[in-house]
Amino acid sequence: MTSQTTTLTQQRRIGLRIERRLEQPLWLRVLTPFILIAAALLIGALLLSLVGANPWVVYNKMASIAFGSAHGWSDTTIKATPLILAGLGVSIAFRMRLWNIGAEGQLFIGAWVATGFALFWLPRDTPQAIMLLVMAIGGFVGGALWAFVPGVLKAKLNINEIITSLMLTYVAILWNNYWIYGPWSDRGFGLTPQFPRNAWLPRFTDYSGDFPFLRGITAHAGIFLALAVAILLWFVWKRTKWGYEVKVIGDNPRAGQYAGMYLARKIMAVMLLSGGLAGLAGMAEVSGVVHRLQERFSPGYGFTAIIVAWLAKLNPLAIVLVAYLFGGLLVGSDAIQPAGIAKMLQGVVLFVVVGGELLLQYRIKVGRSASS
Amino acid sequence: MELAFLVTLLAAGIRSGTAILFATIGEIFAERSGVLNLGIEGMMLMGAVSAYGVAFATGNPWLGLGVAMGVGGLMALLHGMVTISLRADQVVSGLALTFLGSGLSAVLGAPLVEVRTAPRLPVFPIPVLADLPILGPIFFNHNVIVYIGLLMAPLGWWYIHRTRPGMELRAIGEYPAAADVLGINVNRQRYAYVVFGGMMAGLGGASLSLAITPLWIEDMTAGQGWIAVGLVIFAGWDPLRAALGSYLFGAIRRLPLDAQNLPFFLAYPQLGYFMNMLPYLFVILLMLISARSELRRRIGAPAALGQPYVREERGV
Repeated sequence: MTSQTTTLTQQRRIGLRIERRLEQPLWLRVLTPFILIAAALLIGALLLSLVGANPWVVYNKMASIAFGSAHGWSDTTIKATPLILAGLGVSIAFRMRLWNIGAEGQLFIGAWVATGFALFWLPRDTPQAIMLLVMAIGGFVGGALWAFVPGVLKAKLNINEIITSLMLTYVAILWNNYWIYGPWSDRGFGLTPQFPRNAWLPRFTDYSGDFPFLRGITAHAGIFLALAVAILLWFVWKRTKWGYEVKVIGDNPRAGQYAGMYLARKIMAVMLLSGGLAGLAGMAEVSGVVHRLQERFSPGYGFTAIIVAWLAKLNPLAIVLVAYLFGGLLVGSDAIQPAGIAKMLQGVVLFVVVGGELLLQYRIKVGRSASS
Repeated sequence: MELAFLVTLLAAGIRSGTAILFATIGEIFAERSGVLNLGIEGMMLMGAVSAYGVAFATGNPWLGLGVAMGVGGLMALLHGMVTISLRADQVVSGLALTFLGSGLSAVLGAPLVEVRTAPRLPVFPIPVLADLPILGPIFFNHNVIVYIGLLMAPLGWWYIHRTRPGMELRAIGEYPAAADVLGINVNRQRYAYVVFGGMMAGLGGASLSLAITPLWIEDMTAGQGWIAVGLVIFAGWDPLRAALGSYLFGAIRRLPLDAQNLPFFLAYPQLGYFMNMLPYLFVILLMLISARSELRRRIGAPAALGQPYVREERGV
């Protein structure tokens, strides 16, 4: 309708035009991720040299620390585990274009509930299997309920879930601080007492008696849980009606409603699942790594998970891969100065990918622009 | 005693709400033009760190203020390029901007964390008015940056509702195709307002590190950039309501600090954690209120918010 009116004002002129490629050639599709990674590393290098670091040395050191040895791989796995779980969590919401960016808070609440069971709400001599199962379910439910609040507000009142989920993250961190400095504190420090051994997720190093080469490999069973969830989710997207409906609503909510799908109900279900997986990530972290609840036990896993999910294009199996890369980034940047490099590189990578991917979808044409 | 407490609280609210007011007004302009920028948190942090660094290096806080606005504007320009020209998803690009800003500011600011001596913006009691009872301490005995904020809100309202460019701004956010027909260059104006929004976020960050909490620490905004995004919705995209929201928020944020000496709170120090939750819960409450009034009065977001304008592809 308005195309008729707008053409009136179009002028013939020579200039640069951006237009979408109708088809992406195969070579471009294959090369895209490599071009983007190279571009991100290049921009990162530029920023690093601006702040006075030698980018070549930094990159080399980070790569060799994160992936250069069995212990490096173990540390990277430890960081990748919560990233996979929380990344899968946010990817479910993102697939329906629900912007749950409060995974960090859901992770904290999941960890808090798991801690409650490990230290206070179950008898200390509970068998390990039952203890871990209850902690996992508790963590999942805690995270799910924390995400349910923005979900309900979105579904019933159409309140922006970005803001509410993020505000609740700050509330969750303060809630956590209240307990670790207050009722659950270990002698007034900002942490709880250590969990009993039956609340620890088994680690590879626990079996070094039988297999000496596992000594010092502190990666824990959480990674198997994360991989299982990734495969399960891949199956949900590929093979189930529920997954199909979520995708349809994500692509076009109106079409979904016309087809008889309940939008509000889906929003709440998706947010529950999304937060649940983030909560599970929190449980795995306290039970598998820190073995207590403490201040800042997460270096922003919930936020990094957003980048992981987006870079993996919400594909569950790709999320595992990308989470390993970012796990390596976290491990590597722990060992270098100045701090904050990991965060900066994450921002660069996400930016390059968001902009660059589209850049490659378009082509710039020099010449006469379209005219009526 | 109670009155003195209230006066202190309101004055502190206006002071500490100023940073968020700048960011909110900037975002109102960007969103009015049709571009959602979720990168405020990152731009504020970059503004805060660059202002502090420049003020420390040169001894001139005003120069720091200017550089902060420039940095914020540059970051917003990046967002503009990605979302207006390349037409990427505005939500994701804004998130990326926040990550970039919080990471880069942490790296750049690492050597500044120990610095306590950077020059600050001056406090300037307005002659005569500052001596008024009650009103004097609340409104007229502040840092200069606070007065700029107090002026900015009505100015912004006037610009949006009473000027020709303001009308064009509303047009490109509501119905860009129609604005295009009238000869308004939609994308050029969007660029301008997005950059303006970034400059205001940078100014907000600078007012934090140079006046309100004069120092630099990593992530010192503590979510204020996100709160600004929420306040825009509560304000119904109106700078005057944004001022109300910002100052209220400022007061609630200050509450735990000002109340900690009251006898009641001395008895329950643990209450502090819950008092610190109030600003964030307050924002959710504001969103609830505005959701209801939105239904009632049908004021809403600019119709074209979040959608790139492509002359050939879309009629809206």
